[in-house]
Amino acid sequence: MRYAETRMNDTDVIQPLNGRPPYEPGDADAFYAHVGTGGKVEADDWMTDDYRAAVLKFVEMHANSELMGVLPERDWIMRAPTLRRKLALTSKIQDEVGHAQLLYRVAEDLGKPRATMLADLLAGKTKFHNVFHYPTRSWADVGIIAWLVDAAAIVSQQALRDSSYAPYARTMRKICWEESVHVMHGRDVVLTMMSGTDAQRAMVQEALDRWWGPLMQMHGPPTDPAKDKDLHWGIKAKGNEQLRQEFLSIYVPRIREIGLRIPDPALRLDETTARWVYTEPDWDELRSVVTGHGPASQSRLEFRRVNYAATQWVRDAIMGNAAAA
Amino acid sequence: MSDLQAERVWEVFRQEAEGDPMIHSGNVNAPDEELALHYAREFYSRRGESQRLWVVARDAIAELDDPDLLRPPFDRSHKRPGGYIIKHKLEAAKQRASRADATE
Ligand SMILES: [Fe+2]
Ligand SMILES: [Fe+2]
Repeated sequence: MRYAETRMNDTDVIQPLNGRPPYEPGDADAFYAHVGTGGKVEADDWMTDDYRAAVLKFVEMHANSELMGVLPERDWIMRAPTLRRKLALTSKIQDEVGHAQLLYRVAEDLGKPRATMLADLLAGKTKFHNVFHYPTRSWADVGIIAWLVDAAAIVSQQALRDSSYAPYARTMRKICWEESVHVMHGRDVVLTMMSGTDAQRAMVQEALDRWWGPLMQMHGPPTDPAKDKDLHWGIKAKGNEQLRQEFLSIYVPRIREIGLRIPDPALRLDETTARWVYTEPDWDELRSVVTGHGPASQSRLEFRRVNYAATQWVRDAIMGNAAAA
Repeated sequence: MSDLQAERVWEVFRQEAEGDPMIHSGNVNAPDEELALHYAREFYSRRGESQRLWVVARDAIAELDDPDLLRPPFDRSHKRPGGYIIKHKLEAAKQRASRADATE
């Protein structure tokens, strides 16, 4: 009888409500165990200095990339072929600057003021993604950038929605939602040109030929997962090579099905390993480009510097008015 | 620059559709409430995705995150519908009732 009674009331057993033991401030080992097993960190939670520095560096470079990434596209606003394209491109650029603002906010809460981050970017002390160091040559570049550069970025940004740094993960959810529009806009530009004249098709192919190398370098060289602390601490959820493989799986078929040729004769899907094989990307080029030696690195930074100085009066007016009010 | 006011952080809440709860969406940096609202509108309703926006100065928010108070290590199952497992008891009661019917 007693046995039956316990069986019926089996919920009387005390259930721990919080599966993950909280870590005490100052306990680095418990902190790393927390983030290493899917735990989340909020801005005002205690964290180790190394973790804080690693998240800050990661988010700051992401923010810089959103801000610098609009410069190649900005050149085409006045040359957009129709009013609707002009609206779409302007709107995309507005989104990207908005992403930069959101991300600088996330970074600021980690302890580095926005003004310092902008100063470091303008001084060339901090980095931005390789793809934004190249010039644009034709309207087809606008399509290829919005379609494929944004797609490659989305693959990694989607994985960042699981970041252990929760304010970053939440921001990525909003950003990914907006990015999906950019990819559709880019694909539409490319498809329109591919349905046009031979000259337009050749223009798209020429753009793809130039952008393929930087696209393959964009996720970075494969890293040793055991040594990749961003991965270990859950700041990012997927490794570089995994992201590149995901990008190739989705986009190689979509590029080929519309009659474009990918400029890598070695590119193929290895059926036995289910992995893409490709010509080794030029990692020296990647390193040199992201350290400010790309074909457009210095002109882009100079453009930013000139504009930063030219808009100083706006910042002064805003802060001055607020003080007067 | 000393007469310039420092920027503050404002937490942004948005309501997606009429009747929805206000949900925290992020934060903006602004020297005053008016600009904070303009920035919030720019970042969180550019596509018309918000019905209503709130900005709250971060330093005006009081927080409680003490697990001893919020998630004490006691069984709280009696406070949840899932804490009541009636399947076996219901079966036993039904069987007893049907036996009682049969003997009538
Ligand atoms: Fe973006
Ligand atoms: Fe984008």
